[in-house]
Amino acid sequence: MSGKGEMEPVGKIFETRELNVNMGPQHPATHGVLRLVLDIDGETIVKVTPYVGYLHRGIEKLGESMSYFQALPLTDRMDYVSAMSNNIGYCVAVEKLYGIEVPERAKFIRTIAGEMSRIANHLLWLATHALDIGAMTVFLYCFREREWILDLYEMICGARLTVTYPRVGGVRNDVQQEFLESLWKFTDEFPSRILEYETLIDQNRIWLLRTKGIGVISAEEAVNWGMTGPTLRGSGVPYDIRKFMPYDAYDKVDFEVPIGTVGDTYDRYRCRMLEMRQSNNIIRQCIEKLPAGPVMADAPKFTMQPKDKMMPITHPTKQHAFFIKEKACKGCGMCLRACPAKAIFGEKKKPHAIKQDMCLGCATCYVTCKFKALVIVPAGKGLSDEKLAELAEAPVPEEITKASEYLVRQFEFVKKGPKVPEGEIYVATEVPKGELGFYFVSDGSAKPYRMRVRAPSFVHAGCLPRLCAGHLVADVIANIGTIDIVLGECDR
Amino acid sequence: MLLDTSAVGLIEVEEGTKILPPNIIITSFDKIINWGRLSSIWPTTFGLACCAIEMMAVGAAHYDFDRFGIIFRGSPRQADCVIVAGTVTKKMAPVVRRVYDQIPEPRYVVAMGSCACTGGVFRTYSTVQGCDSFLPVDVYVPGCPPRPETLLEGMMLLQEKIRKERARWSPWR
Amino acid sequence: MAVTEVRVALYPAGIDPKEIAEKIRGKFPDQVVDVAEFRDQISVIVKKDRIIPILRYLHDDPLLGFDHLQDLTAADYLNKKDVRFEVVYNLLSTRYRHRIRIRAQVPENDPKIGSCIPVWAGANWHERECYDMFGIEFSGHPDHRRILMPEDWEGYPLRKDYPLKGPELDKDWPGFTDVLKRSKELKEFEWEG
Repeated sequence: MSGKGEMEPVGKIFETRELNVNMGPQHPATHGVLRLVLDIDGETIVKVTPYVGYLHRGIEKLGESMSYFQALPLTDRMDYVSAMSNNIGYCVAVEKLYGIEVPERAKFIRTIAGEMSRIANHLLWLATHALDIGAMTVFLYCFREREWILDLYEMICGARLTVTYPRVGGVRNDVQQEFLESLWKFTDEFPSRILEYETLIDQNRIWLLRTKGIGVISAEEAVNWGMTGPTLRGSGVPYDIRKFMPYDAYDKVDFEVPIGTVGDTYDRYRCRMLEMRQSNNIIRQCIEKLPAGPVMADAPKFTMQPKDKMMPITHPTKQHAFFIKEKACKGCGMCLRACPAKAIFGEKKKPHAIKQDMCLGCATCYVTCKFKALVIVPAGKGLSDEKLAELAEAPVPEEITKASEYLVRQFEFVKKGPKVPEGEIYVATEVPKGELGFYFVSDGSAKPYRMRVRAPSFVHAGCLPRLCAGHLVADVIANIGTIDIVLGECDR
Repeated sequence: MLLDTSAVGLIEVEEGTKILPPNIIITSFDKIINWGRLSSIWPTTFGLACCAIEMMAVGAAHYDFDRFGIIFRGSPRQADCVIVAGTVTKKMAPVVRRVYDQIPEPRYVVAMGSCACTGGVFRTYSTVQGCDSFLPVDVYVPGCPPRPETLLEGMMLLQEKIRKERARWSPWR
Repeated sequence: MAVTEVRVALYPAGIDPKEIAEKIRGKFPDQVVDVAEFRDQISVIVKKDRIIPILRYLHDDPLLGFDHLQDLTAADYLNKKDVRFEVVYNLLSTRYRHRIRIRAQVPENDPKIGSCIPVWAGANWHERECYDMFGIEFSGHPDHRRILMPEDWEGYPLRKDYPLKGPELDKDWPGFTDVLKRSKELKEFEWEG
């Protein structure tokens, strides 16, 4: 400060250096357990290093130790915000691996479920994105609609969040008329609700200041970084798997795909809002076009058998009793070892017998016996052994013979698993966050040899350093919100 | 020498609490302090996985948490309980313990969801089989994820537990 | 700056993946080991020596135009195949409608392969995950360290000889056993009843 009109360069007096700040895994705004280490120069970011893995649960290795059917609930827990779409992605991949066809009605129902889950996901995305940026009212408004959708989920399958409703080969159960009517009412009212959110923030000066020009990425760069979904479409690339390589009923419904121009946060926000409107439209079309028919594929070696066909035997009130015919029993002891209630007794090479009061009625002995010594007697409980022996001599009613076929097939399916052809496959579906890909390598056994999940959140979290460089600290929050990550999927 | 209550006009409203209408209440420190604590449990935001979404749903308008006095605080220094919602992995365990250590006494832990209670579905190399291996848990709320009503029931059980505490406030414990 | 709604209709039909495989075989005849097909999906199995020129050819060629790396992962074929690891690249062209899969064989005694970050920037985290889970090293990677497991974890979890339940408690990651020890020490200060 010489005071002579000669100014010393400011850099000499103020020596600044970069500050290293940790935005730890526990933070109200990091959408889960994401850790960021920011190197900042004043308020400007020089480098962002994301650290993930705080939610790595080993789903891929766990899936390799279970059969394809058992690994289905694991996929719910990955992108837990939109659970139905993960299930659909998995089911589409496994169905292609098996080579089975899904019936039309199931395809339409799955499309409805997928689009409902897209709306639910975008609602939660908007709620948390707006909450982080500061618009707290939007959080409560969006959760009001999301509760409506979760109530609808509960109507079809009983669970709110981790649903496991789409199954390999179709869906778990059929939808009722009541559900379709409620859903129709929802689609009538939803556009006005979207208008409410847009009124709150779309032209709001603070929102525009915080989202326009933030996180700009050009189309070629976005493709090079591997982005997918609305994050990519905000930059102007018209890549949507529902149009690119349609699955389920997407080639039978008419919808548009919103594309952005600049590639900043505001464009991605507008893309997702318009996508919600398009999803609403798709659901309405699907409800109108819903065909009649079965909801599970007719591929007995690959799917669970329908419960009502097995019902005569596995009915819980035990209208039937299980009885071992003395003359036919060879005394091999297989049923004795297989019985979970230990209700069978007998010595080796001598005919065995069942203690009726300990019997659970699970029919394990029936499917284990190779000598046809075990019969199902249509009788009530509490009959004596002599009476049962008498009834056992009568010819077996037809419904039991038919039902027992389904029962045996079900046991084979659950115990041994389906015989999957050898090979490898990569199938991608359009989940609300981007592209969810499943890469399966099958070696012919009932368990996947290699199950790989290509999660969109993992790829997008890797793009954070590119998006945040050069912006201010507060823009990091806006960027995390715009790439729409969920750590369960990112870390698997 | 015990106070002769009949002459003065004291009414016993519940066991251990007497009032002299209209506005003098005679009760024990325990009851007042516990009532104050249970009516305003402030958890720190610690959503890890899927249960965090259900916890957010409880905090939203449909199943309101605020009517019980429960407000989510961002910093553990301003909170008095931690709701561990979601799977705890071995990489995250030191962080969880650190957050818990920062909460000033009296503090409580609610393990929400099967993963926090016992490890849940994930019996793998990287998942801690239950956060009670390194945290003293007060209430276990099972479910995958637990319904919002279940979490509310869990918080009310915690309130009952706090109501029954004896002399936690005193320096002579 | 408006967001336009585009009717994304038909894409130009892509080239048959079998032809792409033949093109690769024509350009790099000594590198291609095999071409496998399953359910209309083609995999080209190559050696790992010239993997970067192969990927660059697929990226730069105007007719092929594989500009999007969908997935980069690995698979462990312990005792099933001669070469233990295979690094799998799933590629997509956003301009045309075709996909292909490249599998590069990586032997166990020399688990190193070139990093394809110069071709696709998005391969960064995928390669780190491969290293973390399988132990395959990518030469030329700028930030070669673990991503999903803690930095000083021992062992590569997705290998077939690694147990699902993980290491025993006494051989476990020191960060976790320290937490258990410390919480036992602090237990005496907890409120009882």
